[in-house]
Amino acid sequence: MEWETVIGLEIHAQLATKSKIFSSASTAYGAEPNTQACAVDLGLPGVLPVLNQQVVRMAVKFGMAIGAEIAPYSVFARKNYFYPDLPKGYQISQMDHPIVGFGHIDIDVNGTKKRIGVTRAHLEEDAGKSLHENFHGSTGIDLNRAGTPLLEIVSEPDMRSAQEAVAYMRKIHDLVRYLEICDGNMQEGSFRCDANVSVRPKGQESLGTRAELKNINSFKFVEKAINIEIERQIDLIEGGGTVVQETRLYDADNNETRSMRSKEEANDYRYFPDPDLLPVEITDELREQVKADLPELPDAKKLRFKEQYAQDDEIATTLTSSRQLADFYEAVVEISGCEAKLCANWVCGNFLAALNKAGLNINKTPICQDRLAGLLKRIADQTISGKIAKQVFEELWKGHATADEIIEQQGLKQITDSNAIEAIIDKIIADNPNQVKQYLSGKEKVFGFFVGQTMKASQGKANPNEVNKILHNKLK
Amino acid sequence: MHNKTITELAKDLREGKFSSVELTQSYLDRIKKHSELNCFITVAEDFAIESAKMADIKLANGDASPLTGIPIAQKDIFCTQGTKTSCGSKMLDNFISPYNATVVEKFNHSGAVMLGKLNMDEFAMGSSNETSFYGAVQNPWDTSTVPGGSSGGSASAVAAHLTAAATGTDTGGSIRQPAAFCGITGLKPTYGRVSRYGMIAFASSLDQAGPMTRSAEDAATLLQTMSGFDPKDSTSMNKPVPDYSMGLNNSLEGLKIGLPKEFFSEGLNDSVARVIETAVDEYRKMGAEIKEVSLPHMKLSIPVYYVIAPAECSANLSRFDGVRFGYRCDEPKDLNDLYIRSRGEAFGDEVKRRILMGTYALSAGYYDAYYIKAQKARRLISEDFKQAFSEVDVLMGPVSPSTAFGLGEKTGDPIEMYLADIYTIAVNLAGLPAISIPAGFVNEKPVGLQIISNYFTEPHLLNVAHKYQQTTNWHQQTPKGFE
Repeated sequence: MEWETVIGLEIHAQLATKSKIFSSASTAYGAEPNTQACAVDLGLPGVLPVLNQQVVRMAVKFGMAIGAEIAPYSVFARKNYFYPDLPKGYQISQMDHPIVGFGHIDIDVNGTKKRIGVTRAHLEEDAGKSLHENFHGSTGIDLNRAGTPLLEIVSEPDMRSAQEAVAYMRKIHDLVRYLEICDGNMQEGSFRCDANVSVRPKGQESLGTRAELKNINSFKFVEKAINIEIERQIDLIEGGGTVVQETRLYDADNNETRSMRSKEEANDYRYFPDPDLLPVEITDELREQVKADLPELPDAKKLRFKEQYAQDDEIATTLTSSRQLADFYEAVVEISGCEAKLCANWVCGNFLAALNKAGLNINKTPICQDRLAGLLKRIADQTISGKIAKQVFEELWKGHATADEIIEQQGLKQITDSNAIEAIIDKIIADNPNQVKQYLSGKEKVFGFFVGQTMKASQGKANPNEVNKILHNKLK
Repeated sequence: MHNKTITELAKDLREGKFSSVELTQSYLDRIKKHSELNCFITVAEDFAIESAKMADIKLANGDASPLTGIPIAQKDIFCTQGTKTSCGSKMLDNFISPYNATVVEKFNHSGAVMLGKLNMDEFAMGSSNETSFYGAVQNPWDTSTVPGGSSGGSASAVAAHLTAAATGTDTGGSIRQPAAFCGITGLKPTYGRVSRYGMIAFASSLDQAGPMTRSAEDAATLLQTMSGFDPKDSTSMNKPVPDYSMGLNNSLEGLKIGLPKEFFSEGLNDSVARVIETAVDEYRKMGAEIKEVSLPHMKLSIPVYYVIAPAECSANLSRFDGVRFGYRCDEPKDLNDLYIRSRGEAFGDEVKRRILMGTYALSAGYYDAYYIKAQKARRLISEDFKQAFSEVDVLMGPVSPSTAFGLGEKTGDPIEMYLADIYTIAVNLAGLPAISIPAGFVNEKPVGLQIISNYFTEPHLLNVAHKYQQTTNWHQQTPKGFE
């Protein structure tokens, strides 16, 4: 039988605020346990939550970016369950009235475009962490993370393959970073994902029973976990079994999913509106403010790059994959005044390769936009050749000097003076009579030998066009 | 000096008739002498004397506020830094708050002296103060009867002159009913007038703190200090605080009083009814017009309350899990055992009953039938009041159907206990301000008159109460043995 996979994703994006969603404690990652948890985060008797208005702005921003309805008023609710790292015994979340309603995201898989529905996005607080190591059989609780603001983004079950799921996740990842509402750091858990996966015979309309996959916190694991889960479900059904609704944990070490809890074991969360918080009202004024602050979005930017800079899809995609990179590129074009194509080749080529090799983020680049532009200018005005430029680039990477300084100090300036080149060539012709004979007798390949010798003699600085021209004249 | 009102005490302190230390010591002595009333869970003797010394310096320097040097006591529901805050529960018997409630901060700032923490029903759940882990409180008017609840320690202490004034909290009548049973003045402000930050939550949408005092004038002084917007409480109202003492003596000529007929129907003790009628007559003499009004949905208030309050409390009390603070059972086997035994051993029956009711009401499949329906009915009750206040200025009626009942008399029948709150609960559901003032006696037990007014009209409410206290002396009566 032919099977169809149905996938929906729930993404938790940690909002990049300085303080927590309901308290003034810091959200900075990596502090000593329990040093960033105030009375409110600890759930002490008598404390009350106060909403951080920044998170509202960020959620609205996201909503606008996916063309969603922004609820004029949304409600915080209590999600009740007991867990040691959940201090109040309930999580403040949104249930019936989320801040962001239905929207969509367009993805592109192998050149095929597809629209994925976003059911909703709502605000909630994160829980703390339970630490099981180094406590001699006990469990330690770290509440630094408790109260960190999250935006939970819930998709429609619109994806049909692990590849589509990853494309969607990447798209959201790009978007939240574009909007500067989430740092997207998956290692630190700032961007997390659960996947609802089910299979059904192709053509069947009703959905199969789904399993919810947890702990899939990298793009690679999302793809692997979904694929292994699809395989498991199909094997199960074809072997006469049935899929049960449950939560499954992905084990990356063994590349398998394991049952965590079944539907029967699931909590009744007893949601009800939190009486400590007023409904969140989104005024027209706020809406206008956020709209005015909205940056150019990835899709629009890509389209503009393709048109404005005559780029192919691949280059435009790469350059607009992050807002910082796109900004960097545009700055280089503007400062250098060089052809967009030359700039794109260098930014996507040597520059990105060097960043990747060094494992650096664009905002940590040792070569600023001015210095890269300075280098490209010298390529464009033929002060140096492309080959020498690579050498200069390596020096630039060390971060001590500008391209002009390096060219000057190391004497890398291209030789364009035809008399100087002629002198070199004359000497080479005189020193290699055999090769001259060979060439003149029709062995055109030998021409390359002369070019090579000339470049070598000039330490690569001779202008290659000039060298060709003079050689052709001399070897007639 | 313990028989004086705050206004009188403040004057005497300024004139140097006695110092705050002397005054504080005299109250501390009385607290000790009458410890059988069991009003206090914690007496903060050293802290009180230290505060009194500081108050005396302020008084000497002439930078004192109306409450500087005045001994007061806090219901043990308010978090007080460094002093135990138990909320009347075994669960918090070991809990010392690292921070002060906003109300406590405000009193500290005013220079008031805190004598200690007052007994109360466990987590404010009760109408007789009998659910306290620290034992029942006696009513000084008849020590075989209850002081009412949940602010029973507060009411009894003020009535027995163990403190110049006290704070209370009112979720379904917990200030007004004990005030009525103990013959004192108790004001529940408009929801949102006084910050709830640091006040241990019972039912968040209903809880409101207020003063419990010997007169309306004193209530005005305390409310002045307690009120105001608090950025730490999202439900506190950002609205200017008026001068509560300024209009106390305004004329009541032409005041329109509504008597809701539902307040005088069956269930109301005849003698209590006569006391209320006499009090209303007093207002008529002052030039008020009396009119019957109706609150047709008031009968729904008890069932509505017993869905909403338990629902909210079931979540509010989840934080008491034995993990971070408070009671933890010995040698828990595993996590579930830790939860079950810590909560099972430390919560009393009434608290457990309400957590169970609330959990049930919020459960999948029941939520719409209970919680949503109750919220709809709550709106109808609010609408009734809105309608009534379009016709009259204030509403009057009894606080409780009877006078203080006997200790142990109703503990076996929770429903009967709940029904005794019939006249107070609707006010909380609507979020309105209301006051209970002494209006007479039945068999030597005090009867309280309840006055309800429109949102944020506490100045008017206090004016109406104060004028009555200018022509009557019910509020000046002192129980025998406590003079």
